[in-house]
Amino acid sequence: MFHQLLQFIAGAIRHVTHGSRTYFIWIAFLCCLIAFGGWGYAHQYQEGLILTGMRDQVMWGFYIGNFTFLVGVAAAAVVLVIPAYIYHWGPIYEIAIIGELLAIAAIIMCLGFVSVDVGRPDRFLHLFPFFGSPNFPRSLLSWDVMVLNLYLILNLTIVSYLLYSSFHGRKPNNNFVVPLVLLSIPAAVSIHTVTAFLYSGLAGRPFWNASILAPRFLASAFCSGPAIILVLLQILRKTAGLQIKNEAIWKIAELMAYAIALNLFFLVAEVFKEYYSDTHHLVHTQYLYFGLGESGGLAIYAWTSVISTVIAFVLFVVPTTRKNFFTMNVGCVLLYIGVYIEKGIGLVIPGLTPDTLGEIYPYQPTAHEVQVAAGIFGLGFLAFTLMIKIAIPVALGQLQYKSTGPGADASAQSSDAHGAHAGA
Amino acid sequence: MLTENTEIDSSDAPSGEVAETPEQKLSMSRRNFMKHSAIVAGAATAAACSTEELEKFTQKRLRELSQPELQALIKRMEADYKKKFKKDVDVRATPAAEGVKFGYALDLSRCIGCRRCVHACVKENNQSRPTPEGPHNNPIQWIKVLEMEKEKGIDLTDSNAYYNPEEVPREGHFYMPVQCQQCENPPCVKVCPVQATWKEPDGIVVIDYEWCIGCRYCMVACPYGARRFNWAEPNLPADQVNTNTHILGNRPRPKGVVEKCTFCIQRTRAGRYPACVEICPVGARKFGNMLDPKSEIRAVLESKRVFILKEDLNTQPKFFYFFGI
Repeated sequence: MFHQLLQFIAGAIRHVTHGSRTYFIWIAFLCCLIAFGGWGYAHQYQEGLILTGMRDQVMWGFYIGNFTFLVGVAAAAVVLVIPAYIYHWGPIYEIAIIGELLAIAAIIMCLGFVSVDVGRPDRFLHLFPFFGSPNFPRSLLSWDVMVLNLYLILNLTIVSYLLYSSFHGRKPNNNFVVPLVLLSIPAAVSIHTVTAFLYSGLAGRPFWNASILAPRFLASAFCSGPAIILVLLQILRKTAGLQIKNEAIWKIAELMAYAIALNLFFLVAEVFKEYYSDTHHLVHTQYLYFGLGESGGLAIYAWTSVISTVIAFVLFVVPTTRKNFFTMNVGCVLLYIGVYIEKGIGLVIPGLTPDTLGEIYPYQPTAHEVQVAAGIFGLGFLAFTLMIKIAIPVALGQLQYKSTGPGADASAQSSDAHGAHAGA
Repeated sequence: MLTENTEIDSSDAPSGEVAETPEQKLSMSRRNFMKHSAIVAGAATAAACSTEELEKFTQKRLRELSQPELQALIKRMEADYKKKFKKDVDVRATPAAEGVKFGYALDLSRCIGCRRCVHACVKENNQSRPTPEGPHNNPIQWIKVLEMEKEKGIDLTDSNAYYNPEEVPREGHFYMPVQCQQCENPPCVKVCPVQATWKEPDGIVVIDYEWCIGCRYCMVACPYGARRFNWAEPNLPADQVNTNTHILGNRPRPKGVVEKCTFCIQRTRAGRYPACVEICPVGARKFGNMLDPKSEIRAVLESKRVFILKEDLNTQPKFFYFFGI
């Protein structure tokens, strides 16, 4: 057992430390980003959140916007898991591992964004049972902390088990892994639903206080998550020698077209309700799309988001453009931009502007916030790159245990060990 | 009787010499107290700084502390303040009295928008002062006075909190001060992920500054914009510290936590008026125990027609507005 683990670690280190020139430039770049962001955060830890553009009127901003967007990315891993496991589509099997690794990286970034947003990170233990006093089940933020951590553990378990099996050159035990995979589907839906409820449960914020928010969150997550995965798959196909058939990519793109259509429909439903009823609550939507008074607000972002999403929809729904890799990639980028704005600042800022007493505080993220965010993105990408660098050789059988394993009963323990390794 | 407490010159720096009843000061035998403080002092001197930090890290919520633990904590706080401000800051933990539910009423016909309440509140409650010349200006005010147009009536959307005319009241305008509404059904308490804020038996919504993680979800949930965050280290000059403090109220706060109006818990639990009530030059502010039929607040509720802000949200404020004239 111990010998196996050592061999795995040695193999993993060998794979992580060997690579092309591009790989090392990429890793160096990410390390620079992390150092840059970390330095910014050290400054913020000293001075306080005053370094951000947030104030009492708009008390959540860029950090929480990124958090919300990334929860969607993490949730979208199920888009890959459902067809891969339920419909037994051969080519998507390895893709599911990639999706889950992406979910893990996204959750790491989510936790990063929440951590940099709190005023007292030294008190983070207060959020957890036994150490602190989680306000469970009343506070949705408490729920969110719980489901995000459970989702992280679940994905780590599945991925490390699959890789463990592959490491031993065995077929995974379906009695163990299929229930977990099936569980991960409602878990993915739940993390994004809980995050939506975190906003929609607030009666004092009419922009968010809408039942359609949770469905919209899911629809947009199923746009942005796969958009990232499609681009990743093409990169990995070229660089890591992963065999991914075009059909798998096109199938995901087709599923995305439905998600975009649904997302746009929900948007129309919301816009209709706001403008037709024309109450005071309209100010938030108005601020988002047209600005209020002297403040141009977020109009430029909001319209970029809408137009990008509409163009992406056309590119994904027409079979010729969907099956052309150039136009499909353009669609992915547009969709990514569209949802990043919609679920980021386009959600958080208009919800808080004008504030509850009618004041318009024109929030803009400061350079400092962008710096810290860059560090967190660097961290997430680094975690993903290293995990994928280990996972792909294992999945492809290039990194395997040399002699037969000691027995099936050791599998659970070893799986844990791998889980810890993958999470490090 | 409505103008009973309208002295303009009421002191902004309270004496802190409020007579206290045995049940107001958390009682504890002197011997126990000496014993406990000896242990704490011993521990503090013997242990390295890191242990002290660890103690802070692992401490319990205020609500869960036993009496000796609470007293030890207060001693530690007072010592910290002494070191920081070079003066004795009295931190009390006066609990809510039986049969008391505080209520507040504000006469919109009388309010002239002078903002004396805002500044009296800042002084009384040790709020962070502005530092326009410094790099991190972070002034905090718990009361916000909104200027509204008489023609439009009460309209938050078009209100202006930054009015600055030569003199108030401005022609054609009226004023609506807003502060914590001390809801019976407070959304801020519901959303706090760590139970760092709660409603006391006398109805005051308070915050445990030693437990708050600074996530600001309570501020997002509050429909009245009543909560404030310490975006930077609060700027509280030592000579301006009000030394009469309450552990759940106006004691100096650390960076990175949320704070709010507590109906001047340090005053009202000692039988005094909140600072804003005392300073109001036109007697627009009324305060008292809603469970006492002879109280001023009950007189207002009985003789005037009151309303609350955003009643559709079912927050059930104990802060009422009315037009007295």
